[in-house]
Amino acid sequence: MSLVGARVLRKEDPNLLTGRGRFVDDLAPAGCLHMQFVRSLEAHARIVSVDTSEAEAVDGVLAVFSIRDLADLPTLPSSPEGMGRPILAKDKVVFAGEPVAVVVAEDRATAEDATERVVVDYAPLPVAASIEVALAEGAPLVKEELGTNSPFGMGPDAAVAAETDAVFAAAPHSRSLHLVNQRCVPTPIEAQGCVADWGPDGLTVWATFQAPHHLRNKLVDFFGIPAHSVRVIAPDVGGGFGSKIVFSPEYFLAAEASRRLGRPVKFMQSRSDAMVLTTHGRDQIHDVDVAFDDEAHVLALRLRVIQNVGGHPDATAMGLGVLTTWMASGCYRIPSIAAGFQVCLTNTTPVAAYRGAGRPEAAYMIERVMDLVADATGVDPAEVRYRNFIQPDDMPYPSATNEAVVYDSGNYPAALQELQRLIDYDALVAEIAENNADPSKPLKGLGLSCWVEIAGFGPNGSLEGFGHLGSWESANVRIQPDGSVIIAVGTSPHGQGHETTFAQIAADELGVDFDKITVRHGDTATVQQGIGTMGSRAVPVCGEGVKNSSAAVREKAKLIAAHLLEANPDDLEVGDDAFSVRGTPSRSVSWRDVAWASFQPLEIPEEIGAGSLEDTRFQTVPNFSYPSGAYGCVVSIDRVTGEVTVDRYVCVDDCGVVINPLLAEGQVHGGAAQGIAQALYEQMTYDENGQPLTATLVDYLVPSAADLPHLESGRVVTPTPVNTLGAQGIGESGSVGAPPAVVNAVVDALRAGGADIDHIDMPVTPEKVWSVLREHGIIAGGGS
Amino acid sequence: MSTAQTMVNVTINVNGSDRNEVVAARTLLVHLLREKLRLTGTHIGCDTSNCGACTVLLDGHAVKSCTVLAVQADGCAVRTVESLAAPDGTLDAVQEGFRQEHGLQCGYCTPGMLMAVTSLLTDNSTPSDHEIREALEGNLCRCTGYEMIVRSVRWAVDHPNGLEAPA
Repeated sequence: MSLVGARVLRKEDPNLLTGRGRFVDDLAPAGCLHMQFVRSLEAHARIVSVDTSEAEAVDGVLAVFSIRDLADLPTLPSSPEGMGRPILAKDKVVFAGEPVAVVVAEDRATAEDATERVVVDYAPLPVAASIEVALAEGAPLVKEELGTNSPFGMGPDAAVAAETDAVFAAAPHSRSLHLVNQRCVPTPIEAQGCVADWGPDGLTVWATFQAPHHLRNKLVDFFGIPAHSVRVIAPDVGGGFGSKIVFSPEYFLAAEASRRLGRPVKFMQSRSDAMVLTTHGRDQIHDVDVAFDDEAHVLALRLRVIQNVGGHPDATAMGLGVLTTWMASGCYRIPSIAAGFQVCLTNTTPVAAYRGAGRPEAAYMIERVMDLVADATGVDPAEVRYRNFIQPDDMPYPSATNEAVVYDSGNYPAALQELQRLIDYDALVAEIAENNADPSKPLKGLGLSCWVEIAGFGPNGSLEGFGHLGSWESANVRIQPDGSVIIAVGTSPHGQGHETTFAQIAADELGVDFDKITVRHGDTATVQQGIGTMGSRAVPVCGEGVKNSSAAVREKAKLIAAHLLEANPDDLEVGDDAFSVRGTPSRSVSWRDVAWASFQPLEIPEEIGAGSLEDTRFQTVPNFSYPSGAYGCVVSIDRVTGEVTVDRYVCVDDCGVVINPLLAEGQVHGGAAQGIAQALYEQMTYDENGQPLTATLVDYLVPSAADLPHLESGRVVTPTPVNTLGAQGIGESGSVGAPPAVVNAVVDALRAGGADIDHIDMPVTPEKVWSVLREHGIIAGGGS
Repeated sequence: MSTAQTMVNVTINVNGSDRNEVVAARTLLVHLLREKLRLTGTHIGCDTSNCGACTVLLDGHAVKSCTVLAVQADGCAVRTVESLAAPDGTLDAVQEGFRQEHGLQCGYCTPGMLMAVTSLLTDNSTPSDHEIREALEGNLCRCTGYEMIVRSVRWAVDHPNGLEAPA
């Protein structure tokens, strides 16, 4: 029986369910010291002085460092050219919470207490806390040396822009939207942290990281030490969502402190640290124009994106706008697209990847645009989408956004049809209309989101620009003498279940029992090389490597089995832990015997040699993959309070072939929850002085089970030709597709109630909805 | 410089064993469990008592152990995630439910979630989905979207003896 496609329970679970997981904060090596940051209270200020003397005198404090003590260290990796971020604030701070000094002490409480005795004298500077302020004339400069707060941008190409303008000039209709994709905090429940131990044998760092080899390579560069002497271990990691591929200062500072003090040094962010230190996500502003004809065919799109990158731009942040503009066409055949972006520095926490990283913003834009076209033409929103869909026959489809974007596969009409079937679309639309005719009932609305994203980051050249060693992913399959299997992979899971998924793939290829396969990851000392877990690449890239390595090992094992059976290797088949002669199952040899023989030179042909049953791949793929789906959302709006409730949420996903439906569904749910949360609840806000107003989980609303709806799932399967598994990747789907489904439903409800609005910004809070209800006379007031 | 910490003697029955410890008066129960007793299954996810990763049972009731001083637990019985499974590793019904229905991904919130569910099912052995969601309001999960956590609890409700045949 094939395990690919089966609902297999996870190998990871028994440890995690019994408290035997091992997370970074669980580590307590002998002699371990604790490090804490002195965080800036100002968003933008000159540092006049840092007086550490009083803190240094505290019992139990071993060292206090500010940048003057670390002047010989380079700037942090992953800073774009010319925008190097010092390891601690140097001369000035550029966001509230920026680390100014570190205290290292015998225990965490002592370190924390001592941070309050470090006296920093700040000379406040004018603050640019928002894109609007930062781009205004005469704005305070976040980095004076750049001479601008917008040092980088791309597109559109002038010729493309001119051509698009011409389409607009000739088009029967055009409309515009201004969209704010607000700043969110990724908020894995495990905050960031590390333990660094620099001893005579070299440096070992345990880190909450999604890409341990990536961190290892950067530690090597940063300290100028050889790679063989540096080991990075990502043990159990408690979620990441993109935030744990960023080179935060603590990884480098803890290592430096350990080197200087000769003892292991641990740093764990508190949640208060995490809310301002861990990179944030989203924070784009879109101005979009759409040209269309009477029949709701979209003719052209103009998109201008501004990406807030915060006080210290990360290389990843520079790429977010690339992905947004690349995916601007959505699921639709739009002949002419002129899209461009610019980045904007502000006095806020740096922004980097957050689940979807640039694609949720694109999906939100184009799906809001499709509803705008539906409203403008009076054509049903589903019908507008059908009329504009890229058809299955069009695949591979080169997008008008960029020559690098060629959709691999997908069946967008089939996904929407399946969604419509699941929600009984016509009946639902009629039911909502009937409901809305009764003013005593809450307003209801239906939102659709037909989305597509770019995933499977594995084509050569796709990740190198972000500082990665390559875009391949590595897999090594090694048969053990008893016929069991150890697989080492370069991806580094933090909840995705790679130990299970990859073992399923290998079990099918090798014919070895699933329980006899162990997948190892997250340790640069045991895994050959690796890139990491990001961009929904684990299955389509690494999984493909596991499959190919397993197949290669199987074929090598057949040579040994054939020798033992005195048969032709081509006549052998494998399954149930044994090799047998096709058609003569009685002639068989167990995997165990083959494995044992593979280490016995006296028992196998000389040319095979001992230890042949191993294979390593550095797997690449010829193209990205483009997972897609159709999501539907029904909301109710309380006509008095403006509160939005999600009544129904249905996801139809197409990620190609599914390895494990249980895990795939879990990935969609998690992403959908984050997307619904962005639509309704979450926003990192700052006041005009750059002080964060939502820097705790009291103020920043991460939803609970009581806040989120029951999630329903459906599926369409369009295998991708990009890899032999046919799998596209699933990790980011839910977060890409969800926000527009919810907001489209809210706008639908408000329009049905009589509000002549095109748009409402996220998060759709009761206050915003109430204001719309009030402004459009849907409710008479709301108290005095 | 640093003021001497007042030290306090506490006796707490933890997972069935009496533990006598001398702790600084300001020590939180979660820190006693994790750092002194090295029961690291109980996790810390915030500093405002919002996330519930540190949930344990105190005299049978779910509490956030980051909000309880160790001295407040003096003379009480505390149960942590480490006490749920049988010594041979057999999962209890709640743990098995989470495994069967994929109620965990990264596993960081899971110990707190399991203890909150254990407390819920002690009080109400047949909760509705709505009651499950309300009861878990104080436990944040960022991976699952909660749908499969609700299914996991439902599995535990339907299989009170776990994978063992009903008695």
